[in-house]
Amino acid sequence: MYAQMVKSEASNDDPHLLAAFQARIDAGEKIEPKEWMPEGYRKTLIRQIGQHAHSEIVGQLPEGNWITRAPTLERKAILLAKVQDEAGHGLYLYCAAETLGISRDEMTEALLSGKMKYSSIFNYPTLTWADMGAVGWLVDGAAIMNQVPLQRTSFGPYARAMVRICKEESFHQRQGYDIMMKMAQGTPAQKAMAQDALNRFWYPSLMMFGPSDKDSVHSAQSMAWKIKMNTNDELRQKFVDQTVPQAEYLGLTIPDPAVKWNEEKGGYDFSEPDWAEFFEVIKGNGPCNAERIEARQKAWDDGAWFRDGLMAHAAKQRAAKVAAE
Amino acid sequence: MSSEWPLWEIFIRGQHGLNHRHVGSLHAPDAEMAVKHARDVYTRRNEGVSIWVVPSNAITASSPSDKGPLFEPSNAKVYRHPTFFDIPDEVGKM
Repeated sequence: MYAQMVKSEASNDDPHLLAAFQARIDAGEKIEPKEWMPEGYRKTLIRQIGQHAHSEIVGQLPEGNWITRAPTLERKAILLAKVQDEAGHGLYLYCAAETLGISRDEMTEALLSGKMKYSSIFNYPTLTWADMGAVGWLVDGAAIMNQVPLQRTSFGPYARAMVRICKEESFHQRQGYDIMMKMAQGTPAQKAMAQDALNRFWYPSLMMFGPSDKDSVHSAQSMAWKIKMNTNDELRQKFVDQTVPQAEYLGLTIPDPAVKWNEEKGGYDFSEPDWAEFFEVIKGNGPCNAERIEARQKAWDDGAWFRDGLMAHAAKQRAAKVAAE
Repeated sequence: MSSEWPLWEIFIRGQHGLNHRHVGSLHAPDAEMAVKHARDVYTRRNEGVSIWVVPSNAITASSPSDKGPLFEPSNAKVYRHPTFFDIPDEVGKM
């Protein structure tokens, strides 16, 4: 997902405290920042929320790529608003992670050094305008699958950030589908462009949910803590079931001949993505990994004088105010 | 010199006549910029008519472990609720 393969940390805490904590979670109580929590819970959440936040921020890059080349002024204004939302989502999530005792700068530095990850999906390039449609429809659609249940997650600040984010995600997915509809109903060349975008984004979108449950070693503890609400395969199935009819409506073909309704399980059969590719992308060898981190590094470095300048200005204003009193 | 911008807690009045409500936090170099950032981050879709920003470190919070002693005394005083009293039907609505 936006947080993939988050390793859950073991806890070496007092078993009585752990049991009481688990009882609170089982009773559906929210855990708030200043309350006692197992070290493993804290560390796992920092990693998961941090990765989620980084994904929102890095996720601005593939779409930002098309702002200056949007086909109409209306499309441009909408895309700009969408990318601005992603910055907001990153910020809500960074703030939620900060309540766990890590600073914003520490998280940024961990992203730049490669110590923290972001979602594999943003390491794929956005080659045509139709990719803006595919990203909104598929990538934001996959994100919603994961984020809607996370509104009920056990950590209060994370759950509240998710509520805000989910309200805005629906705008994102609709704007993507709207682009796809326009393209799919357009000239044969436009329709081919839409099909090509679907072809390229289908499997990377399926990878967003993380490895198959049988290979997913970190799920059990996170699910007990209610920081992961569904298994990877459950969410992937739900996503496919939702998306296949939407593709049919567009008159586009899912690039997987195995996609077929399975009456018995009440869902579609489909092929697994190429997990070897997924692990390569996670390791840093995707098509755009280097470019993405380079862009973040440049923004961080080029913005340093500005961040420092505003701090210096604030200090000067404070001093002037004290002098005037 | 690189030092991180301080953290601010953001409160938004959603509509005229309502209380300001805590919506989240953000980093900003000073109060004026905190208001501007809060406008961009928390009111992109007409969510508010007024913004308060408060330095996070200016907030004093009750301790979670005091929850018992702090709130127990009022929990025990059921007579503070109107439902504690039986008023005869003949008296009418009260």
